[in-house]
Amino acid sequence: MKYKSVFDIIGPIMIGPSSSHTAGAARIGRVARSLFGRKPKWAHISFYGSFAQTYKGHGTNVAIVGGLLDFDTFDERIPYSLEIAKQEGMEVTFYEEDAIPHHPNTARVRIGDEKGELELVGISIGGGKIEIIELNGFELKLSGHHPALLIMHNDRYGAIASVANVLAKYAINIGHMEVSRKEKGKEALMTIEIDQPIDQTVIDELTALPHIIQVTNIAD
Amino acid sequence: MFRNVAELVQLAESQNIKIAEVMIRQEIEVTGRSREEIFAQMDKNLQVMEQAVAKGLAGVVSRSGLTGGDSVLLQQYIRQGNFLSGETILDAVSKAVATNEVNAAMGVICATPTAGSAGVVPGTLFAVKEKLKPTREEMIEFLFTAGAFGFVVANNASISGAAGGCQAEVGSAAGMAAAALVELAGGTPSQAAEAMAIALKNMLGLVCDPVAGLVEVPCVKRNAMGAANAMVAADMALAGIKSRIPCDEVIEAMFRIGETMPTALKETAEGGLAATPTGRALAAKIFGVSANSRES
Repeated sequence: MKYKSVFDIIGPIMIGPSSSHTAGAARIGRVARSLFGRKPKWAHISFYGSFAQTYKGHGTNVAIVGGLLDFDTFDERIPYSLEIAKQEGMEVTFYEEDAIPHHPNTARVRIGDEKGELELVGISIGGGKIEIIELNGFELKLSGHHPALLIMHNDRYGAIASVANVLAKYAINIGHMEVSRKEKGKEALMTIEIDQPIDQTVIDELTALPHIIQVTNIAD
Repeated sequence: MFRNVAELVQLAESQNIKIAEVMIRQEIEVTGRSREEIFAQMDKNLQVMEQAVAKGLAGVVSRSGLTGGDSVLLQQYIRQGNFLSGETILDAVSKAVATNEVNAAMGVICATPTAGSAGVVPGTLFAVKEKLKPTREEMIEFLFTAGAFGFVVANNASISGAAGGCQAEVGSAAGMAAAALVELAGGTPSQAAEAMAIALKNMLGLVCDPVAGLVEVPCVKRNAMGAANAMVAADMALAGIKSRIPCDEVIEAMFRIGETMPTALKETAEGGLAATPTGRALAAKIFGVSANSRES
């Protein structure tokens, strides 16, 4: 079951005109912003499939940039996000890709500043719901059925155990978990599907653990 | 958790509760949130719907200039009193159009189930409100009932135009609205399912072919017809008419049609009305080039 909540169907409250192309895009942008942890200096956004062909008309461009500016789907500043990004010194470039994606509504977002970069691929599956299918070259196998935590961390002893301990302390059950890394001892990613939405206290506690770089909640 | 319409109806009938109540109980169970929280969130959605209808009826125009003002024309026409179909239907149509005109103008709406199809459910609800005088609670329940049917469609077929064509968007919305109208009017859960089946059957095969890739033409008027379709389907079900093809099989058929529908007719602005001479000319006028970037 891809959709679990009635509010996936009646909702989200959003700026028009398209839940998959506008609200979904805003959410993809906002997950990227959240994973990056700060406002990026630059953004290179590639659109594929239907996104590539109709993004101008659907405001997919303003929505995804709105997300990068940390705007929610109903933020009335979304239609003006390109101007706002410019004023705030964020340089944005769009690319229309010809490649046929696995899903018709696909965006690849590369963002960065002098301190670092982040790259993710998000798909908008309808009604404003999204899935992140790739992060910094890691392929994500999120079912989309459950709330999920994406935890970038350093590949060190005890990093995984410490995360599991915090979740256990708050009686949060792990339904599915994957760990992937690029090289031994380097950056790694935990993908954790949990049974219930998680609150900010838990996220703050996870973020404060040693070796943890970034914690992102994709409950929506 | 109900997986299809048959289970949804069975759950409601076996416990002698409304479809809305089945959805509310499931939401509580799945999310662990309280009934009050869930009602409050749905009430907020209802408020956004009301504001969008009011804004649309006051008159809006989209940035492209392709849509806007038709809900105002319809209200004026209703007031003249010489209409052919019926006041409640036309009121539903005008309120559905109002919502989608606001959506096209990048205003705030509540996706129901999507933004492109956001007009049908509130349009029909606010039209029958004049007639059935529901309480606030009943209006919120209307949205839970619509949501329950949409939930089944989303999980078993699709509610995305890019994945399943307009049948998945306005078709789903019309089915959801029809079912919720039946329940609000006092019909049984199985009558609600019949209404959903009848409404969705008559939207099967509907392609998604937005001119210039904008959610305007033909989307706004398809919401109008989705609302009219929902009203008639609800009346038919309340009259005791059944769909020969069960609701779940209609949903399955919709999914399969969507799977076999060419990509050109799934929100790519490459086919259908978008590819007509006027459609292409409008795209060129709005963007300076065709909405289809590969041809630009």
